[in-house]
Amino acid sequence: MADLRTPLRRARGLGSAKHGVGHFIAQRVSAAALVILICWAFAQTPGLTKGGYDGARAWLASPINAALASLLALTGLYHAQLGMQVIIEDYFQQPLTRTGLLILNAFVASAAAAVAVISLLKIAFGGGA
Amino acid sequence: MVETVGKARPLSPHLQIWRWHVTLAASILHRVTGMLLYLGLLVLAGWALALADGRAAFDAYAAVLRSAPGLALLFLVTLSGFFHLANGIRHLAWDLGFGFKLKTANATAVVALLFGLAAAIAFWWRLSAYGVFSHG
Repeated sequence: MADLRTPLRRARGLGSAKHGVGHFIAQRVSAAALVILICWAFAQTPGLTKGGYDGARAWLASPINAALASLLALTGLYHAQLGMQVIIEDYFQQPLTRTGLLILNAFVASAAAAVAVISLLKIAFGGGA
Repeated sequence: MVETVGKARPLSPHLQIWRWHVTLAASILHRVTGMLLYLGLLVLAGWALALADGRAAFDAYAAVLRSAPGLALLFLVTLSGFFHLANGIRHLAWDLGFGFKLKTANATAVVALLFGLAAAIAFWWRLSAYGVFSHG
């Protein structure tokens, strides 16, 4: 604590915290994957709405559909978490609120990913109902 | 020390000082639609859970989605999906160094907005042909 300079004064001129590039690249790579996955999802949806419960179960019995649906959920939620992180970091300055929201964001995205993939696998492997 | 740090630091110009412009609208809508799509993915995860749980849960979930508020939300999510897709491709082109000219940026913003709206309407028109509004 012998240093009387402010934290801001010490940090100035040292450049970024070097944490941004990984986020930037991950956002774009997941976006590129989602271009393909979302087009596939939009193409599949009309047929899916027609068959009801049995149609949807039969559709997910196909490994290709189950795999692509899992990829859509995982990549989509990953991309969504990254995007929401930027929004939180832009608009919430208070450390407690900001950190709390970032943790909540991670929890929600992870929970939804787990629920989606486990559910899709259960259907794909034909267990239960 | 703390007082120095706490002093009002200059802020970057915020929303209200900018003149409205189509590129600005596309930028803001990219965020808004991104958040709606996050919600859409949670609805999708819920759909998978209901489908895995069994017929009763699935029918109950489908009934909620087929209600008026449910359909309105799903329409907004598909609208968001088509716009965010088109505007996302616009962003990826920028990252590759293309499309920065003012006229190009304006035109692609208009295209992304119109595509989002037209594709969503076409999509739901097609869904209606599949009877999405009729049963349940």
